[in-house]
Amino acid sequence: MCLAIPAKIIKIDGFIAEVDIEGNIKEVNITLTPEAKVGDYLLLHAGYAIQILDEKSANEIFEAWDDVYEAF
Amino acid sequence: MKHSNKKEYARYLLERLYQEIDRPLTVMEVCGTHTVAIAKSGLRDLLPEKMRLLSGPGCPVCVTDDCDLDYVMALARQEGIILATFGDMMRVPGTASSLLQEKSRGAEVRVVYSPADALKLATENRESQVVFLGVGFETTTPVVAAALDQAVQMELKNFSVFSLHKLVPPIMRVLLDDPQVKIDAFLNPGHVCAILGTEPFQFIAKDYGKPCVVAGFETTDILEALLLIVRQYREQSPAVDIQYKRAVRPEGNPVAVGFIEKYFSPITARWRGIGEVPGSGLELREEFAQYDARKRFPITLEPGKSRKGCACGEVLKGIKLPYDCPLFGKSCTPAKPVGPCMVSTEGSCAAYFRYRRQKAGVDH
Ligand code: SF4
Repeated sequence: MCLAIPAKIIKIDGFIAEVDIEGNIKEVNITLTPEAKVGDYLLLHAGYAIQILDEKSANEIFEAWDDVYEAF
Repeated sequence: MKHSNKKEYARYLLERLYQEIDRPLTVMEVCGTHTVAIAKSGLRDLLPEKMRLLSGPGCPVCVTDDCDLDYVMALARQEGIILATFGDMMRVPGTASSLLQEKSRGAEVRVVYSPADALKLATENRESQVVFLGVGFETTTPVVAAALDQAVQMELKNFSVFSLHKLVPPIMRVLLDDPQVKIDAFLNPGHVCAILGTEPFQFIAKDYGKPCVVAGFETTDILEALLLIVRQYREQSPAVDIQYKRAVRPEGNPVAVGFIEKYFSPITARWRGIGEVPGSGLELREEFAQYDARKRFPITLEPGKSRKGCACGEVLKGIKLPYDCPLFGKSCTPAKPVGPCMVSTEGSCAAYFRYRRQKAGVDH
């Protein structure tokens, strides 16, 4: 039931945001992510944004671990 | 990333797993999207023998009780009611029929993609009562709460929710307390944790001493999470770790949690094949009773008889694998499902059935 396609916000009008999902433009409700801004990537579920994605920290964890475990 | 592509990185992670695993580990996921991702990737055949992956009660459709569904169908049969539901509920059997069968007999059942579509149905059909069938875990509930919030603001008089919403942490506790269920660690559901964060899962590490890693849905995400579990065991430091950092913060999404808490409160819920679990379901709060379909349209039903022979309950708890059910692939197939685990695309039986002949590579 969960869809994890990242959607990029192009425009915001109240609680409705226009998003780009791999080239398709759609309207989604951002009531649950009120701090979302144009340019953010959203995690969508059933027509609503449920979280703002953080692209920066995506790979953090293993880059740190890699060094620690190099010894094994 | 040091690795040029995902395939190479997946291979590296697998290698690490083989080198680092030093004891047998049974890991359970409790998320339908993980069930499908794991079945599709063929990971089970590639992992070290010491590592077993089980699918738990992670598909909200599969855990919906058949007697609860009987109520929903009785409601759908009533004159003047439009029942709006997510598509994957249509073929799930109650004790006697399914919503699809009810629809073919004339019940007003509409498939919607979002609860917002159900709201729209209500504004367009003022003479009918629109009942939205609320099924789903903590990922879905805030979305339904947000739609309810809109209904309240619009003062919609012909919209209500039939809540069959369920909560993930209480069912994980049930599994941990069941002596038949042997789990060493959990792959936590990524999108449930995007809402809840890690706090509601801390008891698993603290009280049960078992690792939990919140994982994403790509093969490399799952492998990273499994490696984190192996390392937690090696270091004897069970904790709730987040692999899926892109979507999951330790605090989750407090706005979404606030919406759930504003509209819903915990109740005892029935889980198919598992039974009643206190505090594992959600009902609408008393002050929103007019939006609660159960209160608005009370029906007394003779309890129906659950179907015999379906091992869904044991499959949902990871005691049996789908292959162990005598009906699997014989009288129970996705085309002619006996139990809900074969109906929903995210059900364990359906995922095993669909991908069983694929001995796939890592990168799919
Ligand atoms: S194979 Fe069919 S009957 Fe057996 S447990 Fe799965 S859904 Fe139930």
